[in-house]
Amino acid sequence: MSGNPKIVIKDVNLHFGKQHVLKNVTANIPEKKITVILGPSGCGKTTLLKTMNRLTDLYHNVKITGSIHIGNDDVLNTKKDITEIRRHMGLLSQRPYPLPMNIFNNVAYGLRISGRKSKKYLKPRVKHYLEMANLWEEVKDRLNDPASSLSIGQQQRLCLARGLSVDPDIILADEPTSALDPLSSEAIENKFIELKNQYTIVMVTHSLQQARRIADYVIFMYLGEIIEQGPAKEFFNNPKEDLTRKYIKGLFN
Amino acid sequence: MKRSKLRNAEELFFRGVMIISTSVIGFALFLILWSIIKRGLPALSWEMLTQTPKGGFYFGKEGGIANAIVGSLYLASGATLLAMIIGIPVSLYMNVNLHKRKKLVNSIRFLLDVMWGIPSIVYGAFGFTFMIYFGMQSSLLAGIITVTLFIIPIMIRSIDEVLVSVPNGLMEASYSLGSTRSETSYKVFFRQCISGVTTAVLLSFGRAIGDAASVLFTTGYTDHMPTSLSQPTATLPLAIFFQMSSPIAEVKERAYASALILTLIILFISIVSRIISSKYQKNKIKL
Repeated sequence: MSGNPKIVIKDVNLHFGKQHVLKNVTANIPEKKITVILGPSGCGKTTLLKTMNRLTDLYHNVKITGSIHIGNDDVLNTKKDITEIRRHMGLLSQRPYPLPMNIFNNVAYGLRISGRKSKKYLKPRVKHYLEMANLWEEVKDRLNDPASSLSIGQQQRLCLARGLSVDPDIILADEPTSALDPLSSEAIENKFIELKNQYTIVMVTHSLQQARRIADYVIFMYLGEIIEQGPAKEFFNNPKEDLTRKYIKGLFN
Repeated sequence: MKRSKLRNAEELFFRGVMIISTSVIGFALFLILWSIIKRGLPALSWEMLTQTPKGGFYFGKEGGIANAIVGSLYLASGATLLAMIIGIPVSLYMNVNLHKRKKLVNSIRFLLDVMWGIPSIVYGAFGFTFMIYFGMQSSLLAGIITVTLFIIPIMIRSIDEVLVSVPNGLMEASYSLGSTRSETSYKVFFRQCISGVTTAVLLSFGRAIGDAASVLFTTGYTDHMPTSLSQPTATLPLAIFFQMSSPIAEVKERAYASALILTLIILFISIVSRIISSKYQKNKIKL
């Protein structure tokens, strides 16, 4: 285990109706590193990600047991307001979902709902976060345009800027490049590598190449179970499990 | 070879069916408009729009239906506004707060659809019973309440129809920024469904201003301009009805003119709400 664990997941079981989606998942996610959750489709990686900020609450018939500690809070059993906890985690989803408002307000939204409303305060902040997401130069003259007028790649970067604006310390990313063209994907990947000095990044992907490129720590899942986890180098060069070896060789996908 | 011939014939058949049905609808619409314009336009005058019925109005003498125009506008606007105030929060609540409780929400939808299907005369009768119970006389207020009741299902279900199609991803995005449920409702979902609200307002207003049965007992009729919520008020559908049942040709013509006015009001509302919605719709996330 390298670095301090930022997120400690212990014995998490998740049932979706009668379906057992996560089975005894236990993992430590290191601070200020890129952790990649890897695995074939339908193995529960996205579900695990959404369990971390309790987006699973939004769906019918979900039962979760176990604990996920972030700092001193057990996310799954906390008495704190869940919206407060979610604010510490930015989310990037498979395809960008900008809010139905203009570009400026998309980034300002998170700041506004946490009570900072003056234009004077918002303007430089919005600029700052758009710069962080490498989007400022492209949109600085059209901040009043609807977010939906941006290309998909730009929208995903806008969602990144929006996610960063609430000043999280964790970024959760659910296959954030799967809907993007290669250039936009690369931009996001490079951004992640830059951002890992300040943020703990957890990314779900099914792309082995992508995991090789950016992962510091890998969690490999198959059919709802964690098969193997460890530092990326070890994981790719010297896998311990048979299943991992097969997966890395591309024998199943 | 034979197969492709059959498919061509099938194609031709369905295209024919579509063309015929479209023409039937178009023709019916044209016929309706034509008949009210042809018979109504000559009878339409400035006097009709601006004056209340004078003594001999129902025998073809001077006067107009300004009282009914104003009354109908009051009634429909009041009811639409009330239905909006109730309908928007309810439909947002159904889709945001009750998002997990699909069964409950579906039962509510079923209930609303049943309410949508109830004939307006039943609402009128219901409102009438209520009025008698509370000792009210027929009045603008009673009409507004009754009409509100019967357009609420229309309002809620039309907004709901749009809210259902808001993708889960947008909801997750909103929550993951730390929004509460009401922020998700009113700052995100509401913006996304403005087009639905416009359709809902249009449908509701159209039903409210055009319905005769629900206002027959509840709003009553008078030849005076409406000045108070507690007084009986004239409405356009009833104005059309009373004039149409007259044996005098001139009065009958005026009924068509009234129908033309009603149609123009609805046309005007349609255009205005389309303009408003397209202004706010530009921020909608397309999928």
